[in-house]
Amino acid sequence: MPVLVPTSLDQAVSMLSATPDALVLAGGTDAMVEVNAGHRKPHHVLVVNRVAELRSWTFDPEASTVRIGSAVTYAELMEPPIADLVPALAEASRTVGSPQIRHAGTLGGNLGTCSPAGDGLPVLAALDAIVHLASATGERSMPIGEFMVGVKRNARRPDELITAVTVPVVSGYQGYSKVGVRNAMVIALATACIVVDTPGRTVRLAIGSVGTTIIRCTDAEAFAASAVDFDSGTASGDTVTRFGELAAAASRPIDDHRATADYRRHAIGVMAGRLLRRGFANV
Amino acid sequence: MSILSGVRRHDGRLGDSITRPDGTAKVQGSFMFSGDLEAEHCLWGATLRSPHPHARIISIDLSAAWKISGVEAIITAEDVPGQLTYGLISQDQPVFASEVVRYVGEPIAAVAADHPETCRRALQAIVVVYEVLEPLTDPERALDGSHPPIHPDGNLIRHQRIVSGDITATGDVVVEGTYVIGMQDQAFLGLEAALAMPGPGGAGVDLYVATQWLHEDQKQIAACLGLAPEQVRLTLGGVGGAFGAREDISLQVHTCLLALRTGRPVRIQYSREESFLGHVHRHPATIWMRHHATADGHIVKIEARMVFDGGAYASTSSAVLINGVTHTQGPYKCANALVDGYAVRTNNLPCGAMRGFGVVQACFAHEGQMDRLAAACGLDPVEIRLRNAMETGDKLITGQPILNVAPVARCIRETAALPLPDEPVGGHDHDPMRLPGGAGRTADRRHIRRGIGFAVSIKNLMYSEGFDDYATARCRLADGVATLKFATAEVGQGFITIAGQIARSVLGVDDVLLDPIDTDVGSAGSTSASRQTWMSGGAVNAVCMKVRGLMFDSLAAIYGVDASTLSIEGRDIVDATGVFRITVVDATAGLSFDETVEFRHAPTEDLDENGQGNCHTAFAFVAHRAVVDVDPELGLVKVIQVATAQDVGRALNPLSVIGQIEGGIAQGLGLAVMEEIIMSNGRVRNPSFTDYLLPTFLDMPDVVISLIEEPDPIAPLGAKGVGEPPTVSSTPAIVAAIRDAIGKHIDRVPVRPIDIIG
Ligand SMILES: Cc1cc2nc3c(=O)[nH]c(=O)nc-3n(C[C@H](O)[C@H](O)[C@H](O)COP(=O)(O)OP(=O)(O)OC[C@H]3O[C@@H](n4cnc5c(N)ncnc54)[C@H](O)[C@@H]3O)c2cc1C
Repeated sequence: MPVLVPTSLDQAVSMLSATPDALVLAGGTDAMVEVNAGHRKPHHVLVVNRVAELRSWTFDPEASTVRIGSAVTYAELMEPPIADLVPALAEASRTVGSPQIRHAGTLGGNLGTCSPAGDGLPVLAALDAIVHLASATGERSMPIGEFMVGVKRNARRPDELITAVTVPVVSGYQGYSKVGVRNAMVIALATACIVVDTPGRTVRLAIGSVGTTIIRCTDAEAFAASAVDFDSGTASGDTVTRFGELAAAASRPIDDHRATADYRRHAIGVMAGRLLRRGFANV
Repeated sequence: MSILSGVRRHDGRLGDSITRPDGTAKVQGSFMFSGDLEAEHCLWGATLRSPHPHARIISIDLSAAWKISGVEAIITAEDVPGQLTYGLISQDQPVFASEVVRYVGEPIAAVAADHPETCRRALQAIVVVYEVLEPLTDPERALDGSHPPIHPDGNLIRHQRIVSGDITATGDVVVEGTYVIGMQDQAFLGLEAALAMPGPGGAGVDLYVATQWLHEDQKQIAACLGLAPEQVRLTLGGVGGAFGAREDISLQVHTCLLALRTGRPVRIQYSREESFLGHVHRHPATIWMRHHATADGHIVKIEARMVFDGGAYASTSSAVLINGVTHTQGPYKCANALVDGYAVRTNNLPCGAMRGFGVVQACFAHEGQMDRLAAACGLDPVEIRLRNAMETGDKLITGQPILNVAPVARCIRETAALPLPDEPVGGHDHDPMRLPGGAGRTADRRHIRRGIGFAVSIKNLMYSEGFDDYATARCRLADGVATLKFATAEVGQGFITIAGQIARSVLGVDDVLLDPIDTDVGSAGSTSASRQTWMSGGAVNAVCMKVRGLMFDSLAAIYGVDASTLSIEGRDIVDATGVFRITVVDATAGLSFDETVEFRHAPTEDLDENGQGNCHTAFAFVAHRAVVDVDPELGLVKVIQVATAQDVGRALNPLSVIGQIEGGIAQGLGLAVMEEIIMSNGRVRNPSFTDYLLPTFLDMPDVVISLIEEPDPIAPLGAKGVGEPPTVSSTPAIVAAIRDAIGKHIDRVPVRPIDIIG
């Protein structure tokens, strides 16, 4: 089985256009599980983690955005300075797997798999990230909400690579929570990411593992924008409760062997309330 | 991390905390596990398994599979030359299903081919036509007769009643509960693997396999192959954990059959998913108990009904059941009892041995009852247990007196006196990893409530009910070097460490060589039931003593000393006067002794129809105290500390004992809060480590240990088995702590988030 190891983006996309059925391999922490289980039998493998353009991130102070290459690992996202620029992404990265998985696994791979339980995705959704794709015929970008199509389905064409995501640097509290039955190294039963934009006077909330893709809780967001006090950084107990209720109402969980739908919905409510409380002191 | 003072490290004698001889290789990754076995011209084997929990096999068409190039053998039930079924106690399980399949994963055929991928394609090409039947998955329906028998032996594997004392007795205080124990998997990390080689000139077969009991495997394999036992030679492959799951036959017969059929070496290695289907599990059980007590908390009578789901085949279900019912009372005095226990057959996964063997289930119930009783009597959980604590000479509800050292009260008191964690609720330094929810950062300190729970247990050691339980060991002593041979399966418990320590202590040698562990020597019995230190240790001790006697006799003849006055002092042989002194190395120069001994424990009896009889051999005791932090709103748990005082008799290797205690607590914690094979309608929903959650390092609490060393006069070295007790009562202690934190009853394990919030 040929393994293609491009070192530049140009090389990578032209190789992929020649063999669009190739398995794109970043950290391999999802892809190799599927190969080992016999669910995927690739004829070609295209390895992307030696492509310099994909391996780094850049901060644009003018636009106040961070562009994160798709092959940046969780271990890298957990370290300052990027951890200070996008704190929720660092928090989410700390919840992923084990040290081994965090050193191999990439944000691009999380997008490629597009599982509703992917821990990077709620953060990208809450930040209104833009996903960048490239192929031999050109580049395109789209909002994360359009990129995620369904359970383990996304808008990438087979001849395209995910090259990067762009996220804004936001001033305000950011946090991520994930419920699992083990203290680490566990698939999420429910996740929530909050991003507070203090100057913009908005609160954004995205929830995962409770629907076919990540869900933005627009009712809860609208409610919070009007109910919290951005100037004093406070929120009432009632506001926190209501925020949780609205978040829970936005979830579309299912019953499965990991948890009941009721539990997942309940957990979303609890996490959303607690995240809001972390961002806003009690009055 | 364990806290234990006074760990002794010397020169490998009994009582020293020496490390394992295979420890470095295991840590460095160079240890050969059975999955690493290779041979030239080796074929790969694989197993076709039933997708249905219950179905009639209409036809099996192998023709398409045979056409795949690289396929060297395909075998089904028709190709089994000997006995068609096997089993540890009753031989009710087919080597390959031929008419009906009774559980998801039951083997139907096996192939041998040049490559695992060829095997996979061949399995896919085998066409089996089934008539799907209604599965029997509810154990109660197996009992009430509402489902037709799913096996010629019927749906009831065994019923045992125990009637003790005055069953009309009543107490001032009555508490009852129904306890549910989920199906736990042994989840050893070294998957099932074996390599079979046809013997030279067609003379039988050699099998290298990770197992718990070479000779029992040999017996069952030979019967199915239609060979004499000596034509099936077994060597222990490196074992990556066992915990009971390697006591039954899994891939042994298939691998040998394929090797004999092809005339080439064949290896089979299960995948994780296959492993979940391919071995027996801990019995799920439902246990109802009613305790009657005096107002001051003394147990008057216990009533109980236990139903153990044995799954499709009997395996050791009947023995597991007996352990369950005979441990109903726990480590407490109780004169009057009425217990009915049932092991039933269903179309769920077969269940058999797992660390604790029926006692885990009983203990979860009786300890839940003790807490209910404490509450009803207004007593502290520790106090109620002390008031009822069993002592040497007390009788079980089977009428069997406890003849062992029984420091139950001491276990309880010492556990209660161990220091509580100094960590405040919610942990130190705002480290989210110390909170329930861990890395997920779900909670803040103010959401957390702490609870403390207590549990105590009694566990039988060795085999029961009249089984001829023995172990064999051979010792050769020449030129100051002792060589030991035994068939004791080293599954990680550390017998190879202890065996050397025994030989060094008894013989005064430094160098002890261990021969390969195989069937060239008599049986050692199973590495299970916490029995090998006692049994194989007893055999090694006895054979070394015998060799030492011969050595003393020969010295007496050479030097004219009185053999009966000689003893070992370090590396020397000395006489009572201290005048005669010679090193063992010098004394044995040019001499050699070679002896083999079979060691047996005292015989046991069957139970009568009222469950009376001295059915067990010996008992060990332990207490556990758990401290947990709970997030009641999300139902998440972090176990902070487990403290334990364990009755070990004598710690032959304290480090090794700590290893068993910590590992056993990890497994008990797993059952308490996360480990469960979830089945619906006979199908496993979570046959992978993605969804079958084992505790990791980050779930493991601090363990504080006190070893209670009161050498047992009945035990050959004073040492009791230490492997199972840590698992037995750690589970109920953790659940009791959760109850304490949230103030409500939880009567099923594992405890799920919904059980806490619901
Ligand atoms: C033990 C274990 C624990 C885990 N725990 C977690 C967890 O806690 N949280 C979590 O979210 N995930 C977890 N995962 C899943 C996995 O680690 C993550 O989804 C990770 O982000 C995948 O990244 P990767 O680089 O390894 O992707 P790969 O496995 O290399 O690829 C994943 C998919 O994305 C595609 N892909 C990768 N890069 C690109 C690209 N640049 N362009 C186009 N397609 C691409 C691949 O073709 C493949 O389909 C775990 C996995 C394991 C094995």
